[in-house]
Amino acid sequence: MEWTDSAAADEARNGNQQAFRVLVERHSHSVFRLAFRMTGNEQDAEDMVQETFLRAYKQLHQFDARSGFGTWLYRICTNCSIDLIRARKRRNEEQPFAGEKFPVHWLDRVASPGPSPERLTQSNQITNRLEDALKRLSEIERIAFVLRHYEGHDIEQIAAALGVQPNAAKHSVFRAVQKLRRALEPAWGVAAR
Amino acid sequence: MTHITEELLIEAYYSDIDDMSRQHLQECGECRAEFERLSGLLDSVRDYPVPERDELYGSDVWARLAPDLPAAKPRMNWFRWWMLTPALATVVLVAFLAGMFTGQRRAGISEKARERILLMALSDHLDRSQILLTELLHADPEIGLTGEQDKARELLGENRLLRQSAAHIGDAADADLLDALERVLLDVANGSHSSSSNGLQMIQQRIDSEALLFKVRITGTDARRRGQNL
Repeated sequence: MEWTDSAAADEARNGNQQAFRVLVERHSHSVFRLAFRMTGNEQDAEDMVQETFLRAYKQLHQFDARSGFGTWLYRICTNCSIDLIRARKRRNEEQPFAGEKFPVHWLDRVASPGPSPERLTQSNQITNRLEDALKRLSEIERIAFVLRHYEGHDIEQIAAALGVQPNAAKHSVFRAVQKLRRALEPAWGVAAR
Repeated sequence: MTHITEELLIEAYYSDIDDMSRQHLQECGECRAEFERLSGLLDSVRDYPVPERDELYGSDVWARLAPDLPAAKPRMNWFRWWMLTPALATVVLVAFLAGMFTGQRRAGISEKARERILLMALSDHLDRSQILLTELLHADPEIGLTGEQDKARELLGENRLLRQSAAHIGDAADADLLDALERVLLDVANGSHSSSSNGLQMIQQRIDSEALLFKVRITGTDARRRGQNL
């Protein structure tokens, strides 16, 4: 029998671990994708996937089927990400997007197959500036931008994931794009000419 | 003519724009040029590769997760090695930290080696604390926490030394985490949970609310990475 998310969550809440297994297997890819985009690091993303499902299991009684299980998971994953980023910041280490800890940064791989030298130059310039710009975003801005730009979530979904009002979510996306734009446009404009 | 604001242009890029603004965008060359400029920039950072996970990834995640879920976890499998490792680790750590606090520099031990030993000791301590925290979260108040109480006592001394050394070298984040961990260890070691049925729940809530298990796991992993990279 194919469980819906809501039915599987109900079953899991009543102690049926196989139902929770269905939810884990169904949502693992998307949670990993989100976690990786928020941290830029595979190991951190794997840790976040694990932590997200553990927290979800323990908080199943708080799940409200009206919000959708995926959205609810995204919210938990987002909180894990915020915890991780704050822990890293406090330790004065490089932030997740800063690169030193992660030899192959995801931004280094932003390029189409067989790029031309011009395209590489453009990509490198944008990449360098984008790294700096992302570091200057607040946690909320960065997460809102990832959810909007890469995950294609609408403002309502982002607001639900962040636990804020839609206007605040919209403003976070706006601020993020605005900051990225200010940082990237000079390099992008020159390279694009 | 009032042009479209930057905020509306961004909304337009994500297809969240109202009809009036959309029409203006079609008719106004200046706004359209600005929109195309913005679109080009955002498109250029659209390609965001994520490492591939095969179709069995969900099953792999479940295989790693299932042992940590309450009903599936065997509780005493690691008891034997647990009894020996903390005592040995504490002896080594005490000797090491004693040298560190008194400022003595033994011949042949560089600062880097010293830091590496400390990081590996921290990682090992947090690994064992992680196991205890997981046990506590899954503990049944009806059964009691005698085993966990012993383990908490064993970890407590080591934790205190590591916290003091973290504070000594100015690592506030690690010191704070070890301080939070120490409060939980202290409660468990002193049997605060056994004085009332709510005691264990309060400990579990504290672990949950402070995301302590997650922070311990992340910090332990980080410490190991940092130690291995030295």
